[in-house]
Amino acid sequence: MKSLRELSPRYVLLVVAAIFFIGLPTQVTSFQSFEWAEVLIFAIAIMGLNLLVGYSGQLSLGHGALMAIGAYTTAILVHRYNINYLETIPIAGLLTGLVGFLLGIPALRLSPLYLALATFALAVVTPSLIKRPENLTLGVHGILLLPPEPPDWASSLFGAVTGTPGLTSEQWLYYLCLALAGVLFWVAWNIVGRRPGRALKAIRDGETAAAAFGVNVAGYKTIAFGLSAFYAGIAGSLYGIATGYVHPDTFPLTLSLQLLVGAVIGGLGSIVGPLFGGLFTFWLPLVSGQYVSSQSWIPDQVSSVFADAGPAVTYGALLILIMIFAPNGVVGLILSAYYRLRSRLRGAGERTTGQMPPDPQTV
Amino acid sequence: MQEFLQQVISGIASGGIYASLALALVLIYNAMGLVNFAQGEMAMLATFFAFTLIGKGLNYWIVLPLALAVAFVGGVVVQRIIIRPVERAPVLALVIVTLGLSSLIDGIAGFIYGYVPRSFPSPFSASTVNIFGAFASYQDLGVIGVSAIVLVLMYILLQRTTVGLAMRAAAHHPGPSRLLGIRVSWMLALGWGLASAVGAVSGIMVAPLLLLQPTMMQTVIIYAFAAAVLGGIESPLGAVVGGLIVGVVVNLAGAYLPGVGGDLQLAVAFAIIIAALVVKPTGLFGRSVARRA
Repeated sequence: MKSLRELSPRYVLLVVAAIFFIGLPTQVTSFQSFEWAEVLIFAIAIMGLNLLVGYSGQLSLGHGALMAIGAYTTAILVHRYNINYLETIPIAGLLTGLVGFLLGIPALRLSPLYLALATFALAVVTPSLIKRPENLTLGVHGILLLPPEPPDWASSLFGAVTGTPGLTSEQWLYYLCLALAGVLFWVAWNIVGRRPGRALKAIRDGETAAAAFGVNVAGYKTIAFGLSAFYAGIAGSLYGIATGYVHPDTFPLTLSLQLLVGAVIGGLGSIVGPLFGGLFTFWLPLVSGQYVSSQSWIPDQVSSVFADAGPAVTYGALLILIMIFAPNGVVGLILSAYYRLRSRLRGAGERTTGQMPPDPQTV
Repeated sequence: MQEFLQQVISGIASGGIYASLALALVLIYNAMGLVNFAQGEMAMLATFFAFTLIGKGLNYWIVLPLALAVAFVGGVVVQRIIIRPVERAPVLALVIVTLGLSSLIDGIAGFIYGYVPRSFPSPFSASTVNIFGAFASYQDLGVIGVSAIVLVLMYILLQRTTVGLAMRAAAHHPGPSRLLGIRVSWMLALGWGLASAVGAVSGIMVAPLLLLQPTMMQTVIIYAFAAAVLGGIESPLGAVVGGLIVGVVVNLAGAYLPGVGGDLQLAVAFAIIIAALVVKPTGLFGRSVARRA
């Protein structure tokens, strides 16, 4: 019992989170599973962005466009070449990662501002570029995809455990996203805690100093961007499969901005941050839109304008306020509250025993 | 040849617009090593202000300086209220703040004015005049004239006045400037105000061509980015030259390259950014600087 009590709280949290996420579809409706699948998809994309922004100190404003590349890779492979959608997911990730890698080579040579500029331009240009090769991308018509069929083994396993007839398509999608999110978060956690992660953080905190200690600055930055794009590509591919419809205007500049807001809100330079970020990115526009339109005292004109302008105002205000008051996002707030509480409970005497301070400001 | 010349002239006119916005970006980059992603949106808001005044029946040439003055004050206010609290934060945090600002202004403009595109009056007639066998519109020539006046005024202000000298000193050597009695923080605010005013010129000049709406500057800012990167992001002269080159190249590409037209002209700007970063990352007029930890 003693060993259990001394277990780091992070492992307890991990087990609780795992039970929550694996059990979720048995407790909610099929459609809600679908919504949670989208949360996980956003979380994957935001994890990619977080690896780049939070750990290597580079800024991408084009992750929405990278998601578009992933989504279109899957859509075209499934639609034109009849390849199984499951096989297209890694292809989409690798292709998007390659694009990121190639874009990173010129854009990362100078200050992080140049990557921000180049990716911003990429985000603005991508919808137009996608519309051009019409026989490949079907132009402005977009590509329709069939909802994914759950494989028999998964369906019967789920049926046997829960006593239901089997998996619905939405529930299967949820588990697919959950599995991939689990793997990708685990990979990110391992990268961040080991040599590459230390190198990236060294670059983030002092590029010249990192170079002086023998870190291959340009190489690590380019690989970080490629890896980040890989995550975005996987997320885009899943997004295409989930929504069943891929269209050039599904991936506007605002999507890239939304992802950045998610990364910032969740907490840059944190592994759980992107999960919170995914929750916010998915629910914030829906909830705020529903709330405003359900209020009868707000005139119709105002609520219809809010539907257009509200998200932009909310995102903008949130970005500014968080950067000013809580640069480590939700995770930073929780952590500092936790450390403050713990030091108060244990008293001042124990504080010297090599505790890690809460994360310093990361960006 | 005649058509080519006409394309070049209208390219120079758009180039002047891009140059103004690029110059605004360079001013803020020089002041605090930051690319202001909200520059276009700030210009858009000033343009909406001008639109409201013109709608009230005021003369265009009275509205223009008024709108620039309001843009100046707006820029100073933004620097004081939003930028100053994060002034010491890393560049990336600042960039994220300006992104938030751009989204915020976009939404505010949407709240006040809605998302319906409106036509913006132009003081210049659309009729043409013959120059060396090419027909240039008074519209294009007027835009070129206004941009040129603004750029020359900026040059005089920065290079030939005491305030300009103080601003440059504060930007490059904040510590010693403070010792000499320059109020560095207010110089930064002044820089934001000036940048906002210069950017507003581009918004007001481009509005008759693009239709006024909250997203109007989203494309213009890409051209301005291309201009600033091409010219060297710390060089005011580079911004102007880069703006003109981008304007002409994009216009010619739209006219002569098959398949490049309309929204794909943006791809040309993207290609210019990438090409500049590959071939000459410091830009045409930029200096490469040694980095210190």
